[in-house]
Amino acid sequence: MSGAFRIPRAGRLSQAKTARFSFDGQSYTGIEGDTLASALLANGVHLVGRSFKYHRPRGFLSAGAEEPNALVEVKRDDARKAPNIRATVQELYDGLVAQSQNRWPSLAFDVGAVNDIASPLFSAGFYYKTFMWPKAAWKSLYEPKIRAAAGLGVSPDKPDPDHYSSRYAHCDVLVLGGGAAGITAALAAAETGARVILADEQAGFGGSLRFESGARIDGQDGYAWAQAAIAKLKAMDNVRVLSRTTAFGYYAQNFVGLVERVSDHLQNPGHDLPRERLWQVRAKRVVLATGSIERHMVFADNDRPGIMLASAARIFLNHYGVAVGKNVGVYTANDSAYSAAIDLKKAGVNIAAIVDLRDHPTGPVIDEARALGIEVNFGRAVIRAGGKLRVTSMTVQPKNGGGERTIPVDAILMSAGWTPSVHLFSQSRGKVAFNDETKRFVPGIYAQDCVSVGACNGTDGLSASIDEAYAAGVKAAKDAGAKTAKGTKPKVDASESWSRGMLGAAPGAGPDKTVKAFVDFQNDVTAKDIRQAVHEGMRSIEHVKRFTTNGMATDQGKTSNMHGLAIAAETLGKPIPEVGLTTFRAPYTPVTFGAIVSHSRGPLFDPTRKTAIHPWAEAQGAVFEDVGQWKRAWYFPKAGEDMHKAVDRECVAVRSKAGLFDASTLGKIEVVGPDAARFMELLYTNPWEKLEPGRCRYGIMLREDGFIYDDGVVGRLAPDRFHVTTTTGGAPRVMNHMEDYLQTEFPHLNVWLTSITEQWAVIAVQGPKSRDIIAPLVEGIDMSDEALPHMSVREGKICGVPTRLFRMSFTGERGFEVNVPADYGQAVWEALWAEGQKHGATAYGTEAMHVLRAEKGYIIVGQDTDGTVTPNDAGLDWAVGKKKTDFVGIRGLTRPDLVAKGRKQLVGLKTKDPKVVLEEGAQIVADPKQAIPMKMIGHVTSSYWSENCGRSIALGLVAGGRDRMGETLYVPMPNGVIEVEVTGMVFFDETGGRLNG
Amino acid sequence: MLLIRCPYCEEERPELEFRNAGEAHIARSANMAGESDDDFEKFFFIRSNPKGIIYERWRHIHGCARFFNAVRDTVTDKFVMTYKAGEPKPSKLPKNSNEMASK
Repeated sequence: MSGAFRIPRAGRLSQAKTARFSFDGQSYTGIEGDTLASALLANGVHLVGRSFKYHRPRGFLSAGAEEPNALVEVKRDDARKAPNIRATVQELYDGLVAQSQNRWPSLAFDVGAVNDIASPLFSAGFYYKTFMWPKAAWKSLYEPKIRAAAGLGVSPDKPDPDHYSSRYAHCDVLVLGGGAAGITAALAAAETGARVILADEQAGFGGSLRFESGARIDGQDGYAWAQAAIAKLKAMDNVRVLSRTTAFGYYAQNFVGLVERVSDHLQNPGHDLPRERLWQVRAKRVVLATGSIERHMVFADNDRPGIMLASAARIFLNHYGVAVGKNVGVYTANDSAYSAAIDLKKAGVNIAAIVDLRDHPTGPVIDEARALGIEVNFGRAVIRAGGKLRVTSMTVQPKNGGGERTIPVDAILMSAGWTPSVHLFSQSRGKVAFNDETKRFVPGIYAQDCVSVGACNGTDGLSASIDEAYAAGVKAAKDAGAKTAKGTKPKVDASESWSRGMLGAAPGAGPDKTVKAFVDFQNDVTAKDIRQAVHEGMRSIEHVKRFTTNGMATDQGKTSNMHGLAIAAETLGKPIPEVGLTTFRAPYTPVTFGAIVSHSRGPLFDPTRKTAIHPWAEAQGAVFEDVGQWKRAWYFPKAGEDMHKAVDRECVAVRSKAGLFDASTLGKIEVVGPDAARFMELLYTNPWEKLEPGRCRYGIMLREDGFIYDDGVVGRLAPDRFHVTTTTGGAPRVMNHMEDYLQTEFPHLNVWLTSITEQWAVIAVQGPKSRDIIAPLVEGIDMSDEALPHMSVREGKICGVPTRLFRMSFTGERGFEVNVPADYGQAVWEALWAEGQKHGATAYGTEAMHVLRAEKGYIIVGQDTDGTVTPNDAGLDWAVGKKKTDFVGIRGLTRPDLVAKGRKQLVGLKTKDPKVVLEEGAQIVADPKQAIPMKMIGHVTSSYWSENCGRSIALGLVAGGRDRMGETLYVPMPNGVIEVEVTGMVFFDETGGRLNG
Repeated sequence: MLLIRCPYCEEERPELEFRNAGEAHIARSANMAGESDDDFEKFFFIRSNPKGIIYERWRHIHGCARFFNAVRDTVTDKFVMTYKAGEPKPSKLPKNSNEMASK
């Protein structure tokens, strides 16, 4: 048996297929096709959670996605435990394990419920007012405690082992919502041949036809018609039907994000299925058929377990075959709750009474209820619910006051009316309009190519909805370019119809200040809180919302927004449209990070770039560092070496013998064409026209504002061909910068730009033995100092493959950079390595490269400069062509601030204690004894231990630095003040003799 | 995600393929070095930042790699038109078929 509250012959599930599950450790049996909610209700379980702030016992409010209360944790294993799952959405599978949240030690006895008794302390704005002082206590004390006490579920602390998938899709017509209107629109559009996608968040299609027992379409029961229509749509080649798929976001130009829950409903999903699939759909036309959501009545203690929306009780009965109680009361302000009472009565459930706030309602459902012998009370209100862990009674009073009467019940069905679901319409930037007659916001001004149909458009009644949806489906297909329709419109034979209802607080919501009549169940916002917000001066609904947090929980106020708005409007004495509706934002329901991230995690998070020589470095045991997307060999430790020892050894080896360094990541751009030199003149500060082919020059690139943007050595291979190198990280932006000027400012220049970073592997061979290592392998290039001086380039062959051989140095030693086609990179490296072994060469990594260049005072753009440094600041004025009439940045360099005295200038820094290595980024002051906050005059940009110098070395930007040579400055650190002397930037071989050494 | 028509490819392509490149029709002076401080300030720092129609540059960086100009409404994010770099600022804008219209 699948629960004592399962009604034989009611509902659509097959009793034969049972599924066992557990909730809070207790085992239960449900039926395949149940939700966790319907299965628990079938077993008589209403108490499933504790509320966010007051820890009040909570049950199910709804049977769908709008559920604010019944949030549980569903656990497959330690890594796969999903918090805040709506029990009304989670489908049951055999072996499902769920547990309640936000309670300790147990759901029935929760210590945190003391907040409920102490609730006068916790009124609206409480946090803003109370935890203001002392300021420091917020972070260390208040916030952690509040977060621990108030809250929802706990996220898993292990990596998510599931995988997620994503797809792009295009269609003519995207229909969102698979109820009667959505199905009709999809059919109408599909029959024209248009490409259609129909999506619905539920496991099955039919929308409100799942509970509307009175609907008949095309001669069949409404739900059966829906299933037949879906089968027909699924069989069409031009239609994609997606169930369990929520449209969560509506973005620009009909771009809609949907998330499909692929395997959360399966017992053993297996590894070939993703957990969820993100659909990013671009639709020519969108049809919104998102229906409407029933509102609750706002009265005292309306949150007791067992009190729920009337439509929810109808779904549980008519679809799942579950009675939500044995003795049920009804409290309503519109007709739809009568249908729920009638269905339950016919199924054998006692209806204690219907309490209707309206004075003289008439209609067929009221007559039918009376005919079934149900007690019907007009003009009365439920002013209070009894019971705590479960509702036990409802107290009824004439709405204008009078004698009270308490009626025992074990459930109360409520209906204050229906709110059109305009969330997606609003997300599309459409403007809603308030219909004063029906008291609801409906789509007004459209911003995109979409149309709303059915209940979400404020259209009442099945027949009118289907007429509207059919016409909209045909028109959407036609507007998207399809032919005329060939289908026929579904015919409605019988339907239910209701509208109206009430907004705001019912008489049972106050004015007594101790009453808790909930507006927003998930954030524990009561009618009193909203009134208080207005009394405390909030005038705009946006302020009321933030002050009370009404509608700000994960359910985004699906049931609470309209009530909250109406109470605020009433308290302000203003009409509703003047108070305004808060903006709906994506996501419609919570979306997992997994779905958004999809495959882009782990190694697929970002591309990894590896050089041609990477495998060799890996085999040598190199330690790598990330430089942008590149993996670069950082240092090559030998057995027993730590990083410092390895770097010291590498640095000494380069200066005493030779070192090999993989410089392949260097950005490289070929600038080619008759106007190549003119282009270079404009993009770099240096003069290029007179640079002879075969020679190189260190170039500086500025932005128009005069600040250093990039640098690098440029070789002129031919009158019309430059081989430009850039910083490793700067290559893409330098290319973009060059292209921008070439295409838009200097289009008259006949120049082609080609990125050649990946085409050439670069092997730097540096040190006194470098020429001896390279020379035996080179053909066709005279390696003598006369033929190949420092800063020159030749084309020839090395190891039989083409090379661009640069004589250049980033170490201050005699040096070469051997460019070879990347495919030969590793082979040439290995040949050079073998040759190097004869001369005691070592491989060195990026850390040693940094130390060696710092010993020589060579800057690194982005480390020693930060986007506010001019060539003059960096001591590089010599690289700016003084006779040039134009280059990018020429005007910026003469801006008043850039020529002012006292600018920060790059200088060397030597600690008084040579063993002390400064921290990069540390601030520099002139007087360490001054009061805090001290005046900072600069900071350390580069700092290393230099084994070659036998001391620490550093570079720093210091105000007026070049006028401070020999001055003592101070670097205050947590462990004391470090004294430094301002020096020149070159720490090793000041005369530069070793370049030819 | 926006759809942007590249005037060189003559196709609407998703925003992912493009990169915004700031306001359009701000010409670099032929006599850059001779610009006054005020003129340089206008050229380099001052941007219109309008609510409504903006003329801006985009690059089809993951497509044809060309820079081009676009007219966009900053309120709705809708593109009114795109045109090639170097073409004059359009004096009249085409009526946007997607304009906000009452249902």
